[in-house]
Amino acid sequence: MAGTAVRRRLTWQLGTVGSLTDETAAVRTIALDVPDWPGHRAGQHLDVRLTAEDGYRAERSYSIASAPGEPVEITVERLGDGEVSPYLTEELRAGDQLELRGPIGGYFVWDPADGGPLMLLAGGSGIVPLRAILRHRERTGSAVPVRLLYSSRSWEDVIYRDELDALGDGVEVIHTLTRRQPPGWTGYARRVDTHMLAEVAWPAGQAPLAYACGPTSFVEAVAGGLVGLGYPPQRVKTERFGATGDR
Amino acid sequence: MEALDGNAIGGLLLEVFGTEMTTAVGTCIYCGDTGPLAELVVYRPGPGTVVRCRVCGNVVMVFVQVRGITCVDLRGLAALN
Repeated sequence: MAGTAVRRRLTWQLGTVGSLTDETAAVRTIALDVPDWPGHRAGQHLDVRLTAEDGYRAERSYSIASAPGEPVEITVERLGDGEVSPYLTEELRAGDQLELRGPIGGYFVWDPADGGPLMLLAGGSGIVPLRAILRHRERTGSAVPVRLLYSSRSWEDVIYRDELDALGDGVEVIHTLTRRQPPGWTGYARRVDTHMLAEVAWPAGQAPLAYACGPTSFVEAVAGGLVGLGYPPQRVKTERFGATGDR
Repeated sequence: MEALDGNAIGGLLLEVFGTEMTTAVGTCIYCGDTGPLAELVVYRPGPGTVVRCRVCGNVVMVFVQVRGITCVDLRGLAALN
């Protein structure tokens, strides 16, 4: 099929920036009003396209942070050498317009009918699509038990910290802080490894469904670890953000 | 550059095929591995996108975008369902 030219079918549309919420020093949640939004599933993403005055374009994918039925939100981590994220986290103002397309993806999604128990694993901003899943579970009244293992550099880098603290029955959140820990910290203080997974993850015999999202190295490590613990590979859904940081 | 996975090209695939494709199942022509496109290894150096089999590492798809046209090469897919 070499050299087949295909016309564009998926259209870009304009969303208007609503509220901006600082989650951490480097992470901001952007609410978007998108007039023709068809609705999304928990775990999907959207693409954002920025066009410079000289016509140069940059395109990035961002996980949708809100649950199905909620207004569209994305949560963006500022990358030091980024082309797009510094603009989104520092320059963008309420009322600005953003070119976007979505929702996108059907693999890294969860619906209550998919069941559980759910084993969620986040590295840094990999928490974003998992937050949509957690909110979706809560909004639909699902009783599926959840464990979330969340790896961050430090307590200050934990995204959605208050929201995760306030999660209701049936959700256990386990943090690991890989670089710096607050005084008196008794939790995990290292990168996720097989030993940690063996202590935290649902036993494979309970037929858990796992979602791992974060930097590529994080996802490779945890997905491999879960399969080593007996999780069937097709029950470990993965989404890799590339090299977004050292966790 | 660090690899992404097939989720990252969900928008590109939607643009090319007109439908959600990350859950479509592809078969590698080299090693016969079968799985959802979301699990493939993706490199996006600029205007080109190179997609490799997660098992054998061979190139299964290449996309190049030039002046609004997307050129698609599915050289390494024996089947796509």
